Amino acid sequence: MRLSRFSRTTLGVITAIILGIVYVPLLVVLVNSFSTSTSLTWPPPGFTLEWWGRAFRSAGALEAVSTSVQVAVISTLISLVLGTLISLALQRFAFFGRDAISLLIILPIALPGIITGIALNNFFRTIMGVPLSIWTVVIAHATFCIVTVFNNVIARLRRLGTNLEEASADLGAGVWTTFRLVTFPQLRSALLAGGLLAFALSFDEIIVTTFTAGSGVTTLPIFILNNMFRPSQAPIVSVIAVVLVLISIIPIYIAQRLSGSEQQRR
Amino acid sequence: MTDSQPAIRLTGLTKEFGAVTAVDHVDLEIAAGEFFSMLGPSGSGKTTVLRLIAGFEQPTEGTIELFGKDVTKRAPFDRDVNTVFQDYALFPHMSVLENVAYGLRVRGMGRRERHERAMRALAAVRLEQMASRKPSQLSGGQRQRIALARATVVEPKVLLLDEPLGALDLKLREQMQVELKQIQRELGITFIFVTHDQEEALTLSDRIAVFNNGRIEQLGTPAELYERPASRFVADFVGTSNLFDDARSRALLGRAGEHSVRPEKLTVGTAELEGDGVRNAWGTVVEAIYLGSGIRIVVDLDAGTRVTVLEQNDRNRAHDDERGDRVVVTWHDADVIALEASDVRLPDAAAPAPA
Repeated sequence: MRLSRFSRTTLGVITAIILGIVYVPLLVVLVNSFSTSTSLTWPPPGFTLEWWGRAFRSAGALEAVSTSVQVAVISTLISLVLGTLISLALQRFAFFGRDAISLLIILPIALPGIITGIALNNFFRTIMGVPLSIWTVVIAHATFCIVTVFNNVIARLRRLGTNLEEASADLGAGVWTTFRLVTFPQLRSALLAGGLLAFALSFDEIIVTTFTAGSGVTTLPIFILNNMFRPSQAPIVSVIAVVLVLISIIPIYIAQRLSGSEQQRR
Repeated sequence: MTDSQPAIRLTGLTKEFGAVTAVDHVDLEIAAGEFFSMLGPSGSGKTTVLRLIAGFEQPTEGTIELFGKDVTKRAPFDRDVNTVFQDYALFPHMSVLENVAYGLRVRGMGRRERHERAMRALAAVRLEQMASRKPSQLSGGQRQRIALARATVVEPKVLLLDEPLGALDLKLREQMQVELKQIQRELGITFIFVTHDQEEALTLSDRIAVFNNGRIEQLGTPAELYERPASRFVADFVGTSNLFDDARSRALLGRAGEHSVRPEKLTVGTAELEGDGVRNAWGTVVEAIYLGSGIRIVVDLDAGTRVTVLEQNDRNRAHDDERGDRVVVTWHDADVIALEASDVRLPDAAAPAPA
């Protein structure tokens, strides 16, 4: 497609503005993490590595990171197992209410977090009588993490069709052997992509977490929110933010590479 | 008793998909060691019968027996039949060797023994040197042979082939036809071959079942089907036929009922021929198509129907026919085939099917 010089320039400028709005604040955070000012004044009066050192020695920050990793890993694992099972059920078997279940599975990712949060908070405390803890956060996160796994896996199953599974059964393999030797290897990259997205979703979730975390359970996003406006902690928060950006780029990049190489192979 | 036991016996086999009856009360016996073809247009039910025998579909009614044993309710992995799939269905994440060894692996055979056996099966299709490749690195013909090796390495009693040559180009297909026939003879097992290509079915098979609308329209040897098609559908689908409805049969052939005459049984000349049972009809050449080995001549008979004549390109050809030439079409009564009425309507009763 060819564009005129004018539209090319206009579109270029608009793109630059949008990218600027997204990424300049991130740059500001990066610069602030080296600033000598504790109240995030701009421009920074001077530069120091002190906050980086303090952040890596801060017990609260490290514990928050560890809590977030635990929650994300466990809820990702739960969603991988349940998401794969439900996709297999919906894609390989016909039964009454199949479409309704498919919708119910996808819904949680569209629901506002605050609704999910209030609903689960109520459910856990008043109906189930379960005290809030790290496990209630894990369960809450799993409800929407399943969706990313489910979407990836069911799309892959649909594209694969049943030919390979039939060939496997034809050659004498039972249902589980067929899954282990044929279906699962074909799903592997879809599971990785879905799992990475699920991990990223859980890792920076704050609304649902606020409503479902027990006292003393501080995930990283909650830690940041709590410390953001404390003068002595603000630069440390900047450091954590920079580290988080770096960490979250990696799974997204890998997930994109995976789905990209899949498409090229076809 | 065991000698006369058929490899496959279908009794009243019926499969309905919702309101559609794909297979309609099919009864069929296939002998052990037979090369049996199921021939028919798409949607005629032949592939569904194959999938029912393999166990991928459950019949609505009827039974499937394998060497006298009822396997109707058994899962695919519990039946002594193997399938060569139309798209080959090779496992893309496994090497060629692992693909071929798969059936042995899931039977719990040790690694070394199954690889040895798989290598022997690969040698039989002359692809040992491809053992470590992935299926995506092979050509269509090679994938086809791998699929064959994978299905035969487990030594099934019956091999099902679902349009296995459909995706290959003509030259390769003819070559694979010869190979299939050889492999079947060497293994001595029953082949059930599904195809919509009548020429392929005629070339390969001991017997053919012609399918139409979920039923077997005719069952017989290739020669029986070609020389004595029972119905208009078979006459039209197997080979090319000149079809005459009741009125035209009365006018041209002097008989009542539907009839067909093969194009190669007709000759075109400039003078009427005499003899017992010889019949002549005048007409005008509409088209003369040069085929290399022969010439196809389309003639509009004065009696009001159009026939196709296939002449050999040999010394007997006296002259070149051209559009508009007045000619006489000659045939012998013995070559006229009487057809049973078929419930299938053809687009135009008199128009010969394209070859």
